Formats: sequence, C-alpha cells, structure tokens
Amino acid sequence: MTAKPLLAFEDVALNLGGQEVLRGVSLVVRPGEVLGLLGRNGAGKTSLIRMATRQWTPSRGSVRLDGRPIDSVSRRELARSLATVPQDVHVPFPFRAGEVVLMGRIPHQRSLGFETAEDLEIARAAMAEVGVLSLADRPIDELSGGERQLVLFARALAQRPACLLLDEPTAFLDLRHRMDVLEVVRRFAANGGAAIVVSHDFSLAARVCDRIAVLAGGRVVADGLPREVLSREGVAAGFGVDVHILEAPDGSPVVVPRFRA
Amino acid sequence: MKHLGRSRFYGTLLGLAAALVGVAILSLALGPTLLSPLQVAGALFDPEAFGPTADIVRRIRLPRIALAGLVGACLSTSGVIFQALLRNPLADPFILGVSGGAALGGILVLSLGASLGLGYGSVPIAAFVGCLITTFLLYVIAGRSQRVSATGLLLTGVVFNSFASAAIVFMASLAGMLESGRIFVWLIGNLSSARIDLWPWLMTFLVLGLGCAMPLARGLNALALGEETAEQLGIATERARRVLVLATSLMVGAAVSVAGLVGFVGLIIPHLLRLVLGPDHRLLLPAAALGGAAFLILCDTIARTLLGGRELPVGAVTSLLGGPLFLYLLRSDRGRTLGSAAPSEVQGR
Repeated sequence: MTAKPLLAFEDVALNLGGQEVLRGVSLVVRPGEVLGLLGRNGAGKTSLIRMATRQWTPSRGSVRLDGRPIDSVSRRELARSLATVPQDVHVPFPFRAGEVVLMGRIPHQRSLGFETAEDLEIARAAMAEVGVLSLADRPIDELSGGERQLVLFARALAQRPACLLLDEPTAFLDLRHRMDVLEVVRRFAANGGAAIVVSHDFSLAARVCDRIAVLAGGRVVADGLPREVLSREGVAAGFGVDVHILEAPDGSPVVVPRFRA
Repeated sequence: MKHLGRSRFYGTLLGLAAALVGVAILSLALGPTLLSPLQVAGALFDPEAFGPTADIVRRIRLPRIALAGLVGACLSTSGVIFQALLRNPLADPFILGVSGGAALGGILVLSLGASLGLGYGSVPIAAFVGCLITTFLLYVIAGRSQRVSATGLLLTGVVFNSFASAAIVFMASLAGMLESGRIFVWLIGNLSSARIDLWPWLMTFLVLGLGCAMPLARGLNALALGEETAEQLGIATERARRVLVLATSLMVGAAVSVAGLVGFVGLIIPHLLRLVLGPDHRLLLPAAALGGAAFLILCDTIARTLLGGRELPVGAVTSLLGGPLFLYLLRSDRGRTLGSAAPSEVQGR
C-alpha cells in the first residue's frame, strides 16, 4: 500500500452555483487498489469524479494524475489513463454493442483511422471479460438497461485505462451481473489497475473495496478499511441512519438498517 | 464483431457514387425532349457534338443537375450533423427552422439590398448569417443538447419556421415580389429559376463543410453516448460543436440561397442510410452527401417532368415524400425519443 498514488485529490474544494459542494477533500488511490466512495445524495461523490475527468475545475486545491497536475495532462492522454462508466445513458442512434465498445479505442486511434486488428482484439477481450460478447452485434437500443450498463462497462475497459472511475456501476444490474462487474473490478486491481467505485450499497462496497471513504458536508469524514469505516457510529455520522453491523463469513461487514420506531 | 472496415467503407461509397451517376444519366435523358442514353453520352463526351441535343444536355440539364445534386448533398450532410449534435434523429435544417432563418436572411438582402447597395452576390452571405443566428437561437432557447427534449426542439423549430415564413412574406410584399410569384422560390424551394453559375460556390461550401466534419466523425459517434462520455474519450466537444455549427451554416446557407426552402432532404436521406448502413458517422457523412445528391436530382427530375410542360417546385416533391415519413418516424419513435426528455446522463453530484 505504499505505491505512489495514481490519482490524488489534494485539499480540493468546489463551488457550484455559489454553493460549496466540496470544502477541502484529500484522497488518493494507488495502483492495485479499489477505493469505495460512499455518501448521501448530493454529498459530492460525482463531483469528485468529474474533477478527475476535468469536467469541473476545483476552486481550490489540485488533482494529480501520476504526480502531475491534471491540467497539464492532454485530453487524449487523460482519456488513455482514466475511464468512467456513466449512469444509464440514452443512445439516440442504433449503434451495435460492439461498435460502442470499440469507441473505447478512440483515444488510442488517429483521427480518421479505421479500427486495427489490435483494437478489435482488445474490444473483444473487454466484452468477453464482462460477459457481453454474445451481444456484440445487437443494437444497443434494443438491450435491457442492465445489458446496456455492462456494454458501457466493457467500453471503459477497452480504453485500457490505468484507473477506472465507476459511478454507481451496479445501479441497474441484477445480483448476478452485479457480482460479475465487481469481480471484473477486483481482477482489474489485481492486475495493477486502480479504481474508484461510487456506491450506495454498503455491503457490496465492503466486499469489493480495499478502502472506503465517506463524504459528508463536503468533507471526508472517514477513510479506512471497510470494517473500520462501516461501524455503527461511522454510518450514523455519515448517513444519519441507525444500523446493525453483521459479519459475513469472510469477515467483511454487512450493513442492515434499523427502522426508527 | 461487425465494424467499419476499409472494404465496406470504400465499397459502399463506390456503390453510392455509381447510383448517383446512374440517376444523373437518367435525369439528363428525361425532359420535354426525350433523349437516349447514347445521345446523352454523345453530347457529354464527344467534343465535336453541337446542335440542339448537345445544348440541351450541356447548357440546360447538366448545370441544373449539378445544382440539384450539390443542394441535396449540402442539406443531407447538414441533417446528419444536426442529428448527431443534437442527439436526435428527427433534427433536420428545415424542421428546426434553420433553413427558414437562412431564407429570411436571403430575402432581407433581396428586398432591401438594393437600397443598401448590396448586390445579388451578398444573398449567400446573408443566408449564411441567417443560418448562424437561427442555430444560435435554437441552442439558447432549446437549451444545450444534453437535456433538450425532442418535443422542445421540434416546437422551437415550428415557431421559427412560422416566424420565418411570415417575415419572408412580409418582406416580399414590401418589395413587391408577391405579385411576381418569385416569392414561391423562397417559400417552397425551386430550382427552375436558380442561378446556374452558382454551382462552384456550392461545391466549395460542400467540400469545406465535409472537410470540417469528416475529421470529427468519430467524435460525433462518441457524442451518441453523451457529451460527458465523449469528452472523457478525449473529444473536445465544445470546439467540435462550434466548428460543425459553422460548417452546417455554410452548407445550409449556400443551399438555401440557391434553391430556397427545400424541405426534409436532411431527414429522409440520413434516416434511410442509417437503416441500411448503420449509424457510424465516418461512413454516414460521405454517404449522406452522395445519397442526398442522388435523391434531389431524382426529385428535381420528377418536378420538371411530371406535369409535362409546367414545372413543380422541387420543394413540393421533397415535402410530399418527406412529410409522411416524418410522421411515421414521429410515431415509431414515440416513447423512445419523444415521450419524455432523454434521460440525462449523470444527475448526482
């Protein structure tokens, strides 16, 4: 865990429409590590990801990729280093799933070029890894929400990034597909990749993440091992919810909310 | 896994180019004087051919076919670009009112230009400016592409079109053009009185427009996944948008200043081609140029031959074909594109 951080947020603050969404967040993710990002709706989780992809600029502090300020990284280089999986996307044209996955190769191609044999091989491998290779020739608008999400996930893998930024990657998935995605994320980290996973599912985050950070009130209120962060007190502080913490056979915490009455 | 390879790319474009040549030859043969393909070929390729047949082919039909083809190519290519930029398969320069804005710009110069010292040569420039202003207004009023509902977009287009038509009629009546019937050229699109010598201009604008759009074709593909994803794939979406709006305004402005309001070409051709070739913009853009050219040559041939001696405005033919198709698309897309605003990408923060 002493490897150099791949992606580092250093005391970043963000103002959106006069409102301070983040006020001094410091977080790092290292190669081989999966960082879980938890927090209530509007806590600033997606904002953090958007600052990493340079969609938004921090009003204070800096974001560094491999030690370099992210502003000094070219757009294409950034696209070769970071890949995101958006929440459900409406695709207005009938692209086939395979064509969508091949779009992940855009940052690696010349502007007008055709896909190379290598591009095709990488796209195929990404689809096979996520289990959607059989959907390759189906129009994406005919797929179910879950299948579409998996195709977009394969598209991110085809980018061959150093870091995956996943914003609720399992929101539309059934349990089987959810586990498939999380296993792919684990394998990605085992091969030296880094990942940030935004989630509302504590128990799944606890199983897949090496570390969990909780955002509340624009700050990081907890950052540590899942079993340290997901305590009854920790969840009450971050989410205002009273919970039972059970233990799975592998020792990871299972969070069960209690009703107020 | 199906994808766009070199052979499919060049093969498709070659096939479409052949179809375009076929349509052009057919159109050269048809008219008040019916010519055989042999006569057409003779008039075209025999440098010593002269007489009425050679004149009909070279001086009358060929320039008009060139104009029709170029107008069709400009409109159809612009349709593809609008659809990609607005992420909506129903977008078309005519339906969105952009052509109307161009026509209004043109008519303003035609009716007031003389008193301002502007000649006919400034009509294309005025049409281009009208186009730019309308596109800009479209973005301001309907909002940035991500969260525009199809309904909002189409309604804005309806309003723009009615406003433009009313303003055109108003300007034309001020300038005394209503009586002469010349106003029809602008309101419905007509090639019979088009200035034939304008085709090099159209060609220039088409090449410029395609030249701007082709390097961005993959960016347009990525844009289908949403602006955020496109940027995340390394596409400078804002810059691409500016370049493409300029490119479409040049093409639509040029087409409208030559032929007036020819409707639906930018909707029909991209739609049909997408059905057959798929939505990859690397192929769709040049295919739309060729397909649009062939289509408008065909429509113009129908327009000038259907009623014998009298000519129909070509815009009437395209609208008669395009209107029903548009309604069909509207109906088949209900619930997917039209029922509600497209779900925006990432709502959280």
